[in-house]
Amino acid sequence: MFSKTLHISTSPHIRQGMSTDMIMRNVVYAMMPLVIFAVVSFGLNALLVIITAVASSVLTEHALCRWSGKSSTVSDWSAVITGILLGLTLPPIFPLWMTFLGGVVSIAIGKFVFGGLGSNAFNPALVGRAFLQAAFPVAITTWHPSFLEGRFYSISKSVAAFPFSTPVVDGISGATPLSAFKFDKVTADTADLAFGFISGSSGETSAVLIILGGIYLAVRKMMNWRIPVAILTTVFVLSGILYLIDNQTYPSPQFMLFSGGLMLGAVFMATDMVGSPITSRGVVIYGAFIGLIVVVIRIWGGLPEGVMYAILLGNALTPHIDNLIRPRVYGTKKTKS
Amino acid sequence: MTPTKIADLKAVPSTTDEFIKGLWRENPVFVQVLGMCPTLAVSNSAINALAMGLATAFVLVMSNILISSLRNFIPKQVRMASYILIIATFVTIVEYGIQAISVELHKNLGAFISLIVVNCIILSRAEAFASKNTIWKSAIDGLGMGLGFVLALSCLGAVREILGNASIFGITVLPESFQEWIIMILPAGGFFTLAFWLFLFNYFKLKKAKA
Repeated sequence: MFSKTLHISTSPHIRQGMSTDMIMRNVVYAMMPLVIFAVVSFGLNALLVIITAVASSVLTEHALCRWSGKSSTVSDWSAVITGILLGLTLPPIFPLWMTFLGGVVSIAIGKFVFGGLGSNAFNPALVGRAFLQAAFPVAITTWHPSFLEGRFYSISKSVAAFPFSTPVVDGISGATPLSAFKFDKVTADTADLAFGFISGSSGETSAVLIILGGIYLAVRKMMNWRIPVAILTTVFVLSGILYLIDNQTYPSPQFMLFSGGLMLGAVFMATDMVGSPITSRGVVIYGAFIGLIVVVIRIWGGLPEGVMYAILLGNALTPHIDNLIRPRVYGTKKTKS
Repeated sequence: MTPTKIADLKAVPSTTDEFIKGLWRENPVFVQVLGMCPTLAVSNSAINALAMGLATAFVLVMSNILISSLRNFIPKQVRMASYILIIATFVTIVEYGIQAISVELHKNLGAFISLIVVNCIILSRAEAFASKNTIWKSAIDGLGMGLGFVLALSCLGAVREILGNASIFGITVLPESFQEWIIMILPAGGFFTLAFWLFLFNYFKLKKAKA
């Protein structure tokens, strides 16, 4: 297929002939186990939140394309990915109307104002989530325990909150392992964290499934595996050093790795092809920066979780990294910049 | 005398035209995008926005009148310093005035009242208009621009207070169950709201230009 799109990459420039929608479709396949696990562990609520997020992203993309007189770009699956990612990063009992608003903000402000797919400086799903975090700080930190009785045939009152009204919480809520550690210094069992028998955002709980999805994409060469490896290594090493210094105040490195949204962010969000650097060296710096910010926010910040802000800051740094680390043109001497 | 352009000779703008241009065609915030610091910082509630707008409008009108009446006496080399001196005089009056009316309002606006001295709308009107035009015209220009600024700030303040606090001028207007969008009273909300209003303004301007 011939397209007029400008491809930006470092040499060699031989391509495999993968089209955008093919890669995007495969990312959706890689995320499917997470969606299924979210529905299994959190029930109908999580399913509704994810469906709403996808629907609002796709609708916004289609409406804005129509309005600006372009042909609709819904068929390239990128809006679907944004929707799924947004749904997976929200708490399972997040009100549907807020989810819808988040989808609109993700696509309209996170992606469309920059010029659509390929021009968005920031990960659209994270822009939407950051907006929701600032707008509705209470609702987005109301967590729900997983594997509750009757989760497949009842809907939480909070999810079904009337548009623009304050959600009512049913009384059952569960702290995430990260907030439990931050405020009460309680750590969780690593096996529970890895397999997802914990509370948290719909898609972040099962680290094993996220890693499997990541391996699938890395093997098919649809994701730069250096990014998640760099992020996770940095977090592991930094928190390991802190743990060795004082194992009473600082959490263990395996707890840091498997809790919260780190895995989901590192594998599916930081690897956004538009927002990450294009050279292999640049990607390592980018990953290390994100890892550093995650550790700093989690350990010394006011919030229990900082992956979202870390990745957004990493996205902001990307053009500068690309500018700093330019590959030497073959046959020329290294110039001092 | 400053040389007049050919366009100016063709149609000398009427007094109403001088007034209207500040409200709409050359609105200081929505069209000229000037005075962003107070626009973003004190538009988090309708009352703050209105007070800030009125204070700025007062200083703008008074300084335009005084600068225009002194325009033949101020040496070119020290005009900026003279303008600032004149503006600062009126800002001091406003600051004491607001403090006398409401201490709470004075606290909310904080340093931004003093910062009216370096407000670029006032300086730009002094430099671009008052120093070249008659007292009457300068007063009308200042009034138009000042009210344009009040209008813009109130638009921002109203949207931010309704969404962020479910109220306007401190009176609750939306039902109890309304979920406030906290982001709207945070600094980020200022940027979002300003972008939204600029978008609306440009959208209608383009539509009018096409028609």
